[in-house]
Amino acid sequence: MARAAISGRLTWQLAEAVDVLTETPHVKTIAFDVADWAGHRAGQHVDIRLTAEDGYQAERSYSIASAPNGTRLDLTVVRIADGEVSPYLADELKPGDRIELRGPVGGYFVWEPPQGGPLLLVAGGSGIAPLMAMIRLRAAAGSDVDTRLLFSSRGWDDIIYRDELERLNGNGLTVVHTLTSSQPPDWTGYARLVDAEMLAEVGPSPAERPRVYVCGPTPFAEAVTEALVHLGHDPQGIKTERFGPTGG
Amino acid sequence: MDKLMLDGNAVAGLLQEVFAAEMTTAIGSCATCHATDPVGATHVYLGAGIVLRCPHCDNTLAVIVRDERRAWITFQGIRALGLAL
Repeated sequence: MARAAISGRLTWQLAEAVDVLTETPHVKTIAFDVADWAGHRAGQHVDIRLTAEDGYQAERSYSIASAPNGTRLDLTVVRIADGEVSPYLADELKPGDRIELRGPVGGYFVWEPPQGGPLLLVAGGSGIAPLMAMIRLRAAAGSDVDTRLLFSSRGWDDIIYRDELERLNGNGLTVVHTLTSSQPPDWTGYARLVDAEMLAEVGPSPAERPRVYVCGPTPFAEAVTEALVHLGHDPQGIKTERFGPTGG
Repeated sequence: MDKLMLDGNAVAGLLQEVFAAEMTTAIGSCATCHATDPVGATHVYLGAGIVLRCPHCDNTLAVIVRDERRAWITFQGIRALGLAL
């Protein structure tokens, strides 16, 4: 890992959109190329800055969803109807357009294969993004670290990265979905909010001392963390990244 | 539980802008309850200013207020801050 990637003063860089992918009806992934990108670690994020014609600026943070891959990075954006930033990113941005971005940022909510496992990843909605970077890095590195992903989505069509997760399932990775609002007619999986019983079934047990990463909206992250501690998981082994109801 | 509560990850960019170092892995100890945690694990509230609170006792660790030219930071509730060299 290059030292330059984690330390030093942050500067705004131009990022060029190179690809736009529709993930779900409300979610898109935008692939950017950043000429001087120093590389990133799985779990880090970037700050994005949009400037209006009158000089008004809006900043938002987005987790990097891709594994380290040269100067390319993928950001997954949920379109918030009354948001200041996400409607532009999700609806307007086309390949060839440029935005300002700085990063990579963060170092706490990071996992890399040498850290080992077992891993318990718990995602609520777009909270999957930084965890997907870890899952993609794990696959790219050929790691077979015992990894359980418990992924909470509203419905089947709202599952971000659904097909890719299905492909990656196996080789020590177990993907478990819970669909909280609507389920397909033949659904046999979980159909409720994440709770202690579900976390105990998905495992690993506290005795296995998993590294736990929880990412989702604040109420989700709080409920999951509380349930994990209730089950006996070491609070120090649980890393949480919360995002708020606004922002978008 | 406050739905608007975030965590130290949410201010990673601002802190790195100010300190020119990755700060979410810096370890801070709370002046009130003496618990030690990475900055990334602190509770963060964004408003007119940014407030970092201890995840154990809710003590205010630090307050950051910024304008276009400066960031003003008070470390009123941090006893010590350890950064990796």
